[in-house]
Amino acid sequence: MSTTATAPAHAAVPCTECGGNVRVPSDVMVGEILACPDCGAELEVQTVTPTVTVQLAPEVQEDWGE
Amino acid sequence: MKLALLCSRIRVEEKLLIAELDRRGVAYDRIDDGELALRFDRRNFEYDTVFERSISFGRTLYTLQTLESWGVRCVNAANVVATCGDKALTHIALERAGVPLPKTALAFTPESALAAIEELGYPAVIKPVVGSWGRMVARVNDRDAAEAVLEDRATLGSWQQQIFYIQELIRKPGRDIRAFVVGDEPICAIYRTSDHWITNTARGGKASNCPVNGAVGEIALQAAKAVGGGILAVDLVEDHDGRLLVIEVNHTMEFRNSIDTTGVNIPGRMVDYVIENAELRIENVQSDSTVLPESPWTLEARA
Repeated sequence: MSTTATAPAHAAVPCTECGGNVRVPSDVMVGEILACPDCGAELEVQTVTPTVTVQLAPEVQEDWGE
Repeated sequence: MKLALLCSRIRVEEKLLIAELDRRGVAYDRIDDGELALRFDRRNFEYDTVFERSISFGRTLYTLQTLESWGVRCVNAANVVATCGDKALTHIALERAGVPLPKTALAFTPESALAAIEELGYPAVIKPVVGSWGRMVARVNDRDAAEAVLEDRATLGSWQQQIFYIQELIRKPGRDIRAFVVGDEPICAIYRTSDHWITNTARGGKASNCPVNGAVGEIALQAAKAVGGGILAVDLVEDHDGRLLVIEVNHTMEFRNSIDTTGVNIPGRMVDYVIENAELRIENVQSDSTVLPESPWTLEARA
């Protein structure tokens, strides 16, 4: 399966892990995380125009947090 | 004011902050810390003020320290991030200010850490000095558990995980408190209730409103000031005598579960604070420039 996926803006994007349909919110932003409802994979939005592209989000790092 | 919003991952919180910036018509650019390459010889950063919202403590710390050295105003300030991002440094700052804290020890080898735990008594809590969301926080109920956790950290962890920050376990009443401080004001607070001893909402704790007047607000403000002030979330617990103790202070606070719960527009208050501080700085720079003595070169040129 491809490591990136694309879809027209504000549609659904195929999950890079399982191919499931991941809904893209209308106010989607680069850097946002979308969760696949089928497999739970976290996908990071790479671009929003002209198409929404996503790839598997990096694992949580030791220094991440609030 | 030329404002940069420093981000990495866009959480719900960042979207809410962006909406508040847009609502106020503030001109800003979003800067992804993953794309930054700061050139010390060129000072290649065109903004007056940075609103830090990066999820990465390391990236935030070095970015803000660099930018402040170039005269950029950072909210929160680099020294606040440095203190809050490290539980031991936070503890030192809070203790110095007389903020009530759980009994705590710092040790650097598994042997000395074990001795400290035995002295504090079981159950105790071992925490990494760097980290968030309750990750790698271990409750140890007896010597066997303590030895296992300490050996794991000594063998597998980074050097920072081998700085053993050890606390007595506070037998809290199934909840803790998160208080939000913006500048000089504790703006709201929530209880975080859970059956688990870790009550973070990131780990499933349920949020409900907590009155921020009285001791909660006073201690939260005291803690926020102790670490340098700004936009901060102070985590507190109530011990069995009803005393409030501060556990940690967060410099890039998450608040998504606390807006409806408290009825306070937390991102709005944060953005207002950033704008006020950025404008204050610009005014100060202007007024400072009027009282600076003229250089001998200028006087010489006039003569």
